[in-house]
Amino acid sequence: MLELLDFLKENILFINLLIMTIYLGFEIISKVPAVLHTPLMSGSNAISGIVIIGAILLVRQAETTDYLTIILGVIGIILGTINVVGGHAVTNRMLEMFKKK
Amino acid sequence: MMEYIELLYIVSTVLLLMGLRKLSSPATARKGNLIAASGMTLAIIISIFSPIEGSNNNYLFIFGGILVGALIGVFYSKKVKMTEIPELVSLFNGYGGACAVFISILEILKFNKTTSLGLSSTTYIALFIGSVAFTGSLVAYGKLSGKVKDWRSSISSYFNLFWVVLCIGLIVFQILNPELYEFLPIVILIGSLIYGVTFVFPIGGADMPVVISLLNALTGVAAALAGIVYDNMVMLLGGILVGSSGVILTLLMCKSMNRSLLSVVVGGFGSSYQDLEGKDQGAVKETTVNDTAINMRYADNVMIIPGYGMAVAQAQKTCKELDKILTEKGVNVNYAIHPVAGRMPGHMNVLLAEADVSYSKLIDMEDANNKMSDIDICLIVGANDVVNPSALDNPSSLIYGMPIIEVLNAKNVVVLKRGMSKGYSGIENPLFFHNKTKMLFGDAKDSIEGILSEIKTMD
Repeated sequence: MLELLDFLKENILFINLLIMTIYLGFEIISKVPAVLHTPLMSGSNAISGIVIIGAILLVRQAETTDYLTIILGVIGIILGTINVVGGHAVTNRMLEMFKKK
Repeated sequence: MMEYIELLYIVSTVLLLMGLRKLSSPATARKGNLIAASGMTLAIIISIFSPIEGSNNNYLFIFGGILVGALIGVFYSKKVKMTEIPELVSLFNGYGGACAVFISILEILKFNKTTSLGLSSTTYIALFIGSVAFTGSLVAYGKLSGKVKDWRSSISSYFNLFWVVLCIGLIVFQILNPELYEFLPIVILIGSLIYGVTFVFPIGGADMPVVISLLNALTGVAAALAGIVYDNMVMLLGGILVGSSGVILTLLMCKSMNRSLLSVVVGGFGSSYQDLEGKDQGAVKETTVNDTAINMRYADNVMIIPGYGMAVAQAQKTCKELDKILTEKGVNVNYAIHPVAGRMPGHMNVLLAEADVSYSKLIDMEDANNKMSDIDICLIVGANDVVNPSALDNPSSLIYGMPIIEVLNAKNVVVLKRGMSKGYSGIENPLFFHNKTKMLFGDAKDSIEGILSEIKTMD
């Protein structure tokens, strides 16, 4: 338990930042009109693909012979990129249709 | 050097924030998406080239992976039909979740005696949440694309409760006794993957938009947790933004369906309810294309109410043509949009925008209900649950209390429908038996095309 408290103490700045960001997310979305719900969900889904950075860092740090890390990491990179690129591209396609007016 | 890297990361975080902000306003949404995409690109480039001590880089693998992923992503997004967007978002979300799962597994493999409690708890929670988002999204994808059938059991909510407690219990045990059982991390992984399936499986189709939004938020949280593990601010802040905005979006949708998030999550529509099934509903009145065409041509105000059936029949463009010709002949045509019509929030707006219907013609539920008494004809195109009057007057109905578009306040109602099957939530709809309602059976697109050609022959 003490160890956990220490962890919290060491990361207090982090935790403050976390709370602020949560509120920021609430605020940004709370006034969005219904027309944008689908593009917004798709766009924010693309942003959640940011997790790919973790996979990139993992593969970069892996030993050249550490095949397990490299293979799983590369699969992670592929899936993450699909999420990021596909997500933004499809969001753009949806919003393009709105623009024509 | 390091301080420049940190600065660049801050720039990309700000770009993500600005992008999300602009995405939530119609005029700037497209720009917002591009800004967010450039923030993502910057963050990824930094993570590839920032100097890390003693790293092997393995650039060949990284660039190869990114190239393959980007090609597949672009292919999917070009190929998808607008009606299939909900499925696609769900699938993409599953991939993001899977990425979080792979990272967590590899991190857990690196754990040793000096690993701090904070790091191991964060990683295990990321593993759990990522796994649920992964398999849950795949099940949601399967359900939306019709590959997985609805199946409900009265015990599934108890099973889910038991299972989630079990998973969390195992995780706590593993964090506190990391060296005791070597196989336990694998058990946790499998247990979490199974929970994602059993969590989404019993949830009824009508609640699917809420579930996708929730799973999206979960992937965000998994990304944020991975950000803590890697001490990476962009991952943390981006993930948290998606998580919190996803939760708000989920709650907005629950509110518009008058359901609590808990009742959605605990297991979809319950099993102890009384349906109108079997009761004598009276006779259904059928109408013809010709009749409907005449009535619409000589009406003053027509309201079109689209639902998922319009998406299935691909009838949005035909609707627009009908709208156009009626408007030319002096009929006032509008569309009433229920917030949860379709399979995703705003689904109908996207489809109608694709068909070039102007914003100003799309009226939201409240305004539509206020105007309803002036409407001569309500044309219901493939909507069912969102116009079901049971929600207003039948306390034993599953959807009792859900706000609906109150079409019975209009003078006439015409329902375009393939047959007498029930809506996605599987509930009987007394609207079809009401004496104001006329049914026009057949494929929605064919029916509207029929009406269209009849109207063209009139002056």
